[in-house]
Amino acid sequence: MNEKLVIAGKSYSSRLLIGTGKYKDFTETKAAVDASGAEIVTIAIRRSNIGQNPNEPSLLEILPPSQYTLLPNSAGCYNAADAVRTLRLARELLEGHSLVKLEVLGDPQSLYPNVIETIAAAKILVDEGFQVMVYTSDDPIVAKHLEDIGCVAIMPLASLIGSGMGILNPWNLQLIMERVQVPVIVDAGVGTASDAAIAMELGCDGVLMNTAIAAAQHPVLMASAMKLAVEAGRFAYLAGRMPKKFYSASPSSPTENIIAPTDS
Amino acid sequence: MITVSINGATRQFPEPVSVAALIEEMVLTGKRIALERNGEIVPRSAFTTEQLADGDKLEVVVAVGGG
Repeated sequence: MNEKLVIAGKSYSSRLLIGTGKYKDFTETKAAVDASGAEIVTIAIRRSNIGQNPNEPSLLEILPPSQYTLLPNSAGCYNAADAVRTLRLARELLEGHSLVKLEVLGDPQSLYPNVIETIAAAKILVDEGFQVMVYTSDDPIVAKHLEDIGCVAIMPLASLIGSGMGILNPWNLQLIMERVQVPVIVDAGVGTASDAAIAMELGCDGVLMNTAIAAAQHPVLMASAMKLAVEAGRFAYLAGRMPKKFYSASPSSPTENIIAPTDS
Repeated sequence: MITVSINGATRQFPEPVSVAALIEEMVLTGKRIALERNGEIVPRSAFTTEQLADGDKLEVVVAVGGG
């Protein structure tokens, strides 16, 4: 019943995807990734040192591509051209690996996605053979359009990146899930375990988060909490929750054979 | 001498200089990097044959932590 998550033809047991930013050091990054059970981990592409720091440790030594599905992102890009160049560099860096997370931001305060530039970049990347998991707003029409372009997963925000505000518009997520066939993965806005569980209870196919774990007081413990929350939410979704009723007049214990009332 | 920009920094080299020689100079040989020259990817397989030209703009990138 609990089928695996399938993205671009590849199956994953874990429905939790995590970012690798904002950790204290690579040791903590690795411990958090392992505690989360995530198989897909996002990475960013940035300028290398050019000789000033020859012994700089490499993230890919900590997270070898042979053991994890690395998902390079275009975070920090504000237009389609920059995002496309960044992800081409990522594909070259990872020796032809074509699964990427497209993210084009609208402004540096809100980090809200620029869907116009996102759509333009998605078209180019799909044409060039990339498998595009796309970060977007929670607009169901845009989500459907991105699927029609050929994106392999639609990743709407639950609330703004790094805000920890949780699932602010479950109804829009519902509209997206009704319209889109590819996996819908909530990306951004999760603050704590219950947020992740709610996303999964709604029927989302997965949750992607970074700050909720990295900015917790104890990131590795929070990574474990998120693993359990995503599993719990998924099971609850599959189990099918009872309907909500204001009152039920249906106690859990039998209403017959109650001992005789006390004489008054 | 040619002048090239690498990750926004200006460097001068006597000609000819290949991409591979530049990477060696930056102590990045064998490291997981990718390189873009004037907006186009230079594949790893072309590092030894590709020669730098005056005014080239290069970006050399690595994987870092990110969401």
